[in-house]
Amino acid sequence: MTRRHVMEFERPLVELEAKLGELRQLELTANPELAAEVAALAVEIEALRESTYADLSAWDRVQISRHPDRPKAQDYLAAIFTDVVELHGDRSYGDDEAIVAALATIDGRRVAVLGHRKGKNTRENIARNFGMAHPEGFRKAMRIMRLAEKFGLPLVTLIDTPGAFPGIEAEERGQAWAIAESLSLLSGLHVPVIAVGIGEGGSGGALAIGFGDRLIMLENSYYSVISPEACASILHKDAGKAAEVATCLAMTATDLVGLGIVDEIIPEPVGGAHRDPGEVFGEVRGRISAALAALSGSDPDELVSMRYAKLRAVGVIEEVQG
Amino acid sequence: MSISDWFKAREARRYTAVNGERVAGDVPDGVWSKCSSCKRIVYEGQLVANLRVCPHCGNHFDLTAFERIDLLADPGSFAEFDAGVGSTDPLGFVAAKPYTVSLESARERSGLTEGVVVGRATIGDHPVVLGAMDFRFIGASMGSAVGEKIARSFEVATSERRAVVLCTASGGARMQEGMLSLMQMAKTSAAARRLAEARLPYISVLTNPTMGGVTASFAVLADVVLAEPGALIGFAGPRVIEQTIKQHLPKGFQSSEYLLEHGMVDEVVVRGQLTARVTTLLGYLAGGGERA
Ligand SMILES: [Zn+2]
Repeated sequence: MTRRHVMEFERPLVELEAKLGELRQLELTANPELAAEVAALAVEIEALRESTYADLSAWDRVQISRHPDRPKAQDYLAAIFTDVVELHGDRSYGDDEAIVAALATIDGRRVAVLGHRKGKNTRENIARNFGMAHPEGFRKAMRIMRLAEKFGLPLVTLIDTPGAFPGIEAEERGQAWAIAESLSLLSGLHVPVIAVGIGEGGSGGALAIGFGDRLIMLENSYYSVISPEACASILHKDAGKAAEVATCLAMTATDLVGLGIVDEIIPEPVGGAHRDPGEVFGEVRGRISAALAALSGSDPDELVSMRYAKLRAVGVIEEVQG
Repeated sequence: MSISDWFKAREARRYTAVNGERVAGDVPDGVWSKCSSCKRIVYEGQLVANLRVCPHCGNHFDLTAFERIDLLADPGSFAEFDAGVGSTDPLGFVAAKPYTVSLESARERSGLTEGVVVGRATIGDHPVVLGAMDFRFIGASMGSAVGEKIARSFEVATSERRAVVLCTASGGARMQEGMLSLMQMAKTSAAARRLAEARLPYISVLTNPTMGGVTASFAVLADVVLAEPGALIGFAGPRVIEQTIKQHLPKGFQSSEYLLEHGMVDEVVVRGQLTARVTTLLGYLAGGGERA
């Protein structure tokens, strides 16, 4: 049996569950007292399970969004799309595995798909740089955006990255330039763009493929200007204050609906998407299809101006008396 | 008024305000400064006459937004717009200190309402929208207000058929406004795209430092990207990179010159030649070429 990944906030629950499991190995028929204790423990665990997964804090959700078993972009590609043709390379430097690009079909509709791609294990994660793209990843994404534009294919993007990779080569090859160009290109596509937050929405690297005509987020995904750890170490000089900072940053799906940035939230099974991926795939597929159907037949120029109006409206300002 | 006259006048104003308020430990008030690069003493008079560039080593000292504007705009041509647009505290952000306190003290210190000043101007008689960021204002980080003023700049220029010239200096997106700040990257990039689609020129001047979400959005989407010598320019901060890759960074990493070498900027221009260079470029790009 593989070891279960335990998130900070569910540790007390998991410990009790383990204790119960051990007790249940014992011969209880000869010991009615112990049997009663086991039954009580089971009730206690149910109550704790309910409270553990109710009212999750922003930091709890960050843990869930990073859960190693959480469904990844490639899982969605396999589960909810058919006739998937993966496309590779930026035609200039290389093929960045941290970004997946494909032509695919969803409920009979042909689309282009872009996603950040994390791995399921260490080997995969090293190859995919833990979902942190280099400039060539964003340039690959831009190739697919241009393809979508040229052939009138709607674009579906799946957001799941801790951020764009901070490294020497990434800077040398123009990380900032690649992200900026991607933002510009995405803003001007004359095809419907549906962005779905499936896990981590880390800063500029997420945004590069992470906005559109609809922005949908899974309940336990996050989207943030900066990782809570980095923010805590800058503002408090203490990365340990990440939990506190996560709440301040208003990075959950609910927070972002409140700020007018996110359009829809997709509920997850109790405990997170990894508890029942099948259910999540069905829900995500339904939402993407519905959004595509709603935007289908839109006037291309109208799409671009509506997307601009949507971006233009984001922000809170006031007239300051000088 | 010539540029150096203007700087002198401005310095004179600054000293009246500064006396008794900001007496640095080892620098006698208002007489000389120590160059952060060569550590030599530079007299204010020399610094002012030299556009705040160290006469010993060429180190470009920071300029305020209005110093930058006066360097570039034709005399008397600058008319600011959206001067009162400022950020609020939509998230009720408190970490170490409340964001409202940071905003207030930045306003008090800089006399500005936000980290960027924008307006209509002419440069070498070319009509432009000119903007300059002011690093004193919370590191000229981009929140709702900076994003709004930048987007407005592109929109005003697009509708009035002006060129855009922006001088950047910023630590990146403003954390204290969370996702509202991140989205300004998309908003400003989209606005820059509309200017480009109208075939109007955009020249950016990257100054020290230009980092994070400002570099990764409107700053580098210009038709011509210029940089001041020795500026730190990049996406991720050097410390973050060092911590991530656990290696020392090469000498000069993320400097203007390093970026020029890697093909990321068009030219590194010394401050004394900046206005002439921007004017020449506007001549090429704002004239309509053979379509004119
Ligand atoms: Zn010097």
